[in-house]
Order: sequence, then C-alpha cells, then structure tokens
Amino acid sequence: MKASTKGILTGTHNLSGNEACVEGAIAAGCRFLSGYPIQPAIEIMQRFLERAPEVEATYVQMEDEISALAALLGAVWTGKKGITATSGPGLSLMMEHIGLGVMLETPCVIVDVQRVGPSIGIPNSPGQGDMMQARWGSHGDYEIIALSPSSPQEMFDFTIKAFNLSERYRTPVAIMADEYVAHIREKVVIPPAKEIKIEPRNYYKGPKDKYLPFKRDKNFIPPMVDIGNGYKFHVTGLTHDDQGYPIMNEECQEYNVHPLMWKIRRYVDDIIEFQETKTEDAEVVIVSYGAPSRTALKAIKQARKSGIKVGSLKLDTVWPFPEKRITELAKKVKAFVVPEMNYGQIVLEVERCSYGNANVVFVSYAEKEVDNIDDLLSAIKQVIKEKEARKGIIEYHT
Amino acid sequence: MAEIRFAGYGGQGIIRSGIIVGKGASIFDNKFATMSQAFGPEARGGACSSQLVISENKILYPYVTRPDIFVVMSQEAYEKFEPELKEDGLLLYDSDLVKLKKKREKIKLYPIPATRFAEELGNRIIANVVMLGFFTAVTKLVSKEGMEKAVADSVPPRFKELNLKAFNKGFQHAQDGN
Repeated sequence: MKASTKGILTGTHNLSGNEACVEGAIAAGCRFLSGYPIQPAIEIMQRFLERAPEVEATYVQMEDEISALAALLGAVWTGKKGITATSGPGLSLMMEHIGLGVMLETPCVIVDVQRVGPSIGIPNSPGQGDMMQARWGSHGDYEIIALSPSSPQEMFDFTIKAFNLSERYRTPVAIMADEYVAHIREKVVIPPAKEIKIEPRNYYKGPKDKYLPFKRDKNFIPPMVDIGNGYKFHVTGLTHDDQGYPIMNEECQEYNVHPLMWKIRRYVDDIIEFQETKTEDAEVVIVSYGAPSRTALKAIKQARKSGIKVGSLKLDTVWPFPEKRITELAKKVKAFVVPEMNYGQIVLEVERCSYGNANVVFVSYAEKEVDNIDDLLSAIKQVIKEKEARKGIIEYHT
Repeated sequence: MAEIRFAGYGGQGIIRSGIIVGKGASIFDNKFATMSQAFGPEARGGACSSQLVISENKILYPYVTRPDIFVVMSQEAYEKFEPELKEDGLLLYDSDLVKLKKKREKIKLYPIPATRFAEELGNRIIANVVMLGFFTAVTKLVSKEGMEKAVADSVPPRFKELNLKAFNKGFQHAQDGN
C-alpha cells in the first residue's frame, strides 16, 4: 500500500530527530499520540500537537506514562495508528502496558529518547542505558522489535519502518533513540507519498458472527477488526483462547503465548536490518547502534589510515538481535569493538553470539562525548595485538 | 569544513540562529550541516548555545569542540566559551553586550552593535538576524541568497520584511569595512 498524500511534507527539510520522527509517523498514517511530556522527547509531543489539526489527528496528554500507553492501546483497537514518546523514567512506567500490548497483539510504536539514568538521571544528557530494558523490561516471556536510529533522516525512515513492522507482526515496536539523535538538526529528505511503502492493517474479512480476535492466519498473525463496528469479542491480559476469553491452563498458555515468540522468531530475516561498511577485508569490526555508529565511521577512516583494516556493522534493528551475522563475522574477524553510551549492554549479546571465536572489546561512552574517537582507536590498536581470542568481554583502561 | 558556535542567553534567538544557518547551508546551498544545542532549564535568561558543523560532505563527527567561528551575544557566554575558540579563529560579538578581556593574538575580531541596530530598526528581538547578516558577510560560508531565503522561511510572514532589513543591516555593516 502507498502512503496517503495527506500531511506528507514532501521535500528537503532541516529537522531535529524528534521533529523528523513526527513527520515519519504522519507519513505512516499515524493519527494518535498519547503521552506524558518528558525531556529529551518533548519536541515529539510539541510537533505532533502543531501538526494534529491539519491531519485530523488526536493528541492526548495523560496523567502519566502508565495511562499514556493504556490510552494508546485503546486507540489502536478503535482503528487508529498510534505512537507514544518518552524517556527512561517514562519507559519504566510503561513496562506494564508494554506487556499488555504484546499479550493483546496490539500494533503501536513507542519512542524512547534515551537519557542517562538510573531514575531521573540527567534529563538532557544522551544515554543508551535502556537497551536491555526494552528487550526484557516487562514480565513473562515475549519478543519485541526495537530499532535504533543514528540521524534525523533515520528518525524519519525508522518511524515509518516501525509502524510497518508493528502492523505486519501485530506487536509494539520500540524506537530506541537518544538525546543526541533527537536534538541534532540535519537535512531530512521526505519522499513523495507514492514512494513511501505502508503496511496496511491486517483486517478480518469474514462474517461478523464468526470473528475470533486471536485466531491466527497462515502467517501466524491474527487479523484485527475495529472496536465499535458490531463485532462482539473480549480482550484480556489473562491467558486467552481464540475468542479472547481467559482459559487458565498449561495447554492454553502454550497455545496463546508460544506464538508470541514464534511470530517474531520465524521472521527474523525479514525483520533484521543492518548496514555494513568495509567488513569484507576487516580484521576488526566496530558493532554499534544509534549515535556512536557515527563515531564508528569516523574511527574506521582513521584506523585504515594507520594500516589497520577496520569495518563497521551498524545495527538498525537491535531487537531481535542479529545473531546470525555476528556469528558469521566472528569466524572471519579478529575482534569486535563495541562502543555504547552505557556501561555494557548490547556488548553482552555480541559476546554471546561470537561463541569465543573473536575477541570482544567494550568501549564505554557513558562518561564522554560521543565524538571522542581516541578511546575507540586505542581499543582497536590494543586488540589487534592479542594473540588469540580471550574469553569474556575485554575492557582496556587508558 | 567549518565548526561554529553561537552563544548568548536564552531569548536572544541563539538556537534559532543555528537553525537558520543550518537551513541556509543544507537546503538552499545544498551543503551538509549538523546542528546540536545546549540550554539550561530556564526558558529565558540562562546561558544558551548552539553548535553547527557545515561541510561539503556528509558529517560524521558532529559535536563542536574547537570552533573555527564563535558568534557571541552575552558576557557570560563569552567568558564560558571563548577559551574553546581555535587559535586563529574568528570572534563575532555584540560590541555593546560583550566586553573583551584578554586578547589572543591570532584571533580575528569582528564587533557589531547588533542589539542597538535592531532597536533602531524597531525591535531588539531581531538582533540575532542582524548578527546573521554580519556573519554571512564576514564568513562567506553560506551564500547571501541562501541565507535570505532561510531567514524568510524561518519567521512569520508579517515579520519577513523587517527581518530581511535586519539581515541586510548586519551584512552592510561588514561590507562597510568594520
């Protein structure tokens, strides 16, 4: 399906990441935002509010982030495409309803503009400390999709992508941005509507009295209907059958919950996207996502000047994690170097998927500006001297 | 590639200045520009700065640490950020609001009473646009046409004429050899 031309600002703009995110949402057909303003995500609410009258969208400011996500799930069930935006403290409050969104298989997009934590931390300081929370924060077993943009252009592109993935797999999708990407301003090219691909909602087309809200189709995804159109059904966070009614036994738990995993795991090759730069001949590959991936590109240029073959694997999709590609690369390269604006999260996944075949070095950007390439270069120079693959994660202290 | 820092206090249009130059460079001059910003919790009066990198190529390394050009409109910001300016950098400042302390030898100084000029034109709120005109003429980083389009595109239509007048006032001041 092609995007509706309404409200799409086709052309070249100079936008902040947060503003670009809103334009991506509008282009994807999103017409609902419920949120509780928090820095560094506020401009997402502001811009959406400014743009809402023109595109006939609804903005609701809720009393907190718990209700913000609850309102969003409700709006989606009435047929809207919806988004909410927050930062770490708000994401913590949203965890309960992320679980509900997963259990009710409700397509929606949650933007987390990460700042440093724990707790309130520093409101306007960039961080990437919520990466594991995005994956595991809500209780019980589930899979989630999370994307990580590194520029305003990617904030636009990935927001559209997030909506498409959420509709295709009927699941909440997280955009794990950071203060840096949200607040820098760069050129953003918004293509004509006809060039924007939109995944339509998978609607049920059978007779009204035969509708089962959780009956899976051949692709493992249950078709939806809009609440308020005469369909009678029940939705609950309790383990439920195809009709949506609670059934409390092991058999139904397996029947209901296991597919929540499989509907994502079966399609990882379709979901996962990454960008590789000069990995063909690389001895060292920098694995990064979000703002540090810009630093990585600068570092590979510098390292290659000094004769070390360095490449970059930039993760556009962080969850599900691109295990297969890391495992393949681990057999070819001497080492992975992982820069993150935290004290080590995605590096754990890189180490797990390397199976001891390559050294894994962590470089923390928790306490330094993301433009500092010195520690990254120093880590590359040190790891190249390692004789064999060491166990665990290496941290060089300078 | 040029790294620029605009600084002053909240309410002077410091962030807006970065946005306008970024727009002029990236949209109307078709170069690459990345802007980042820093401001305190105060809406008005706190120290405030915006940083901009302008380049012919895609920008990977976007935080400004040693700017080539420093445009400053308050004493507090001058004292905070002046030491970061490169050895042979350009210092553009509002000569009524900033009193220079020690002078570094190779730094080129470009004073303009931007706020006074803005008041003479009828509204001190356009002081940043006077400064942008001056900036455009001094640095030649962005074309005059590109900047005029960016200014016009960034203000409400009824203030377009006034802002363009302010821009040209600043531009002319540099042309006059100041």
